[in-house]
Amino acid sequence: MSASHTPPHAHDAHHHGSHHHDAGPHSTLSGYMVGFVLSVILTAIPFWLVMGKVIADKGTLALVLGAFAVAQILVHMVCFLHMNGKVEGGWTLLSTLFTVVFVAVGIAGTLWVMFHMNANMMPTHAPGHAHTPAVEQRAP
Amino acid sequence: MSDTHALTPRAYHLAHEPHPENGTALGFWLYLMSDCLIFAALFATYGVLGRSYAGGPTGAELFDLPLVALNTAFLLLSSITFGFAMLQKQQNKVGGTLAWLAITGLFGLCFLGLELYEFHHLIHQGAGPQRSAFLSAFFTLVATHGLHVTFGLVWLVVLMVQIARHGLIHENQRRLMCLSMFWHFLDVVWIGVFTFVYLMGVL
Repeated sequence: MSASHTPPHAHDAHHHGSHHHDAGPHSTLSGYMVGFVLSVILTAIPFWLVMGKVIADKGTLALVLGAFAVAQILVHMVCFLHMNGKVEGGWTLLSTLFTVVFVAVGIAGTLWVMFHMNANMMPTHAPGHAHTPAVEQRAP
Repeated sequence: MSDTHALTPRAYHLAHEPHPENGTALGFWLYLMSDCLIFAALFATYGVLGRSYAGGPTGAELFDLPLVALNTAFLLLSSITFGFAMLQKQQNKVGGTLAWLAITGLFGLCFLGLELYEFHHLIHQGAGPQRSAFLSAFFTLVATHGLHVTFGLVWLVVLMVQIARHGLIHENQRRLMCLSMFWHFLDVVWIGVFTFVYLMGVL
């Protein structure tokens, strides 16, 4: 995580090569092409799954779509944004992990809370039955 | 008092002083992460309101998936062409960098044009942001992304002028690196948009 993981000579090279100090990580054509090809595949399959109605079960399909999205985001992070544990002494990765946790808690928490509120505050129920469980009230 | 004195000699010295190798990149990355939180809030809002149609049209009725696929292709192509611009920059080729940046900008414009066409089409058929909570959340999320792309394009044009006038000087290389992160980040957000809004919206 810290600079101590970097080999000493690599660390010194950074000090002397001040020209490339702010120029960002070294990119390669193969890195971009691998990322592009993987992205095209990971984009095409979800569109095909939905447009071709390949998977009938909506729950399964949603899970599969989510998995493809996560895979593609990882590909973009590594191939296009050059994410790894070494840049910036690991602080980029650490801040990203923090954001991922924050985003996951925020989105999952919001959905959880809001859908429970929806279920408990259905506007159709009579005031006298406020204590009745929400499940029964939704029954026709 | 004697306690503090006894503790003073125990100060730790790291073998290598921790310092950011590239302060701008880390700072800009932190900005992108905070931007990510804005999108997370908008995604959460869409997640809550995305099925509240208020008797209006649903995603399945409105979304034109081939159009979205085309839009996704534009953004993906603009990502790889920006990568080519970065490779040209690494070889200190001003002309090549500018050419690939121009192509990136064109793909970005195509993306925006198609998105504006889609918005216009939706509003024209009475499915504007005021129609239902679903459409409010949809327009807010997708338009926020579109606004980011718009400002990315403005930045791209300004930076192209800078590079054309001053060449690939150190400052321009740094700016190019930041814009590249911004551009690829927007592509990452779009993955979330096309998956969770469009593809799951038509299920």
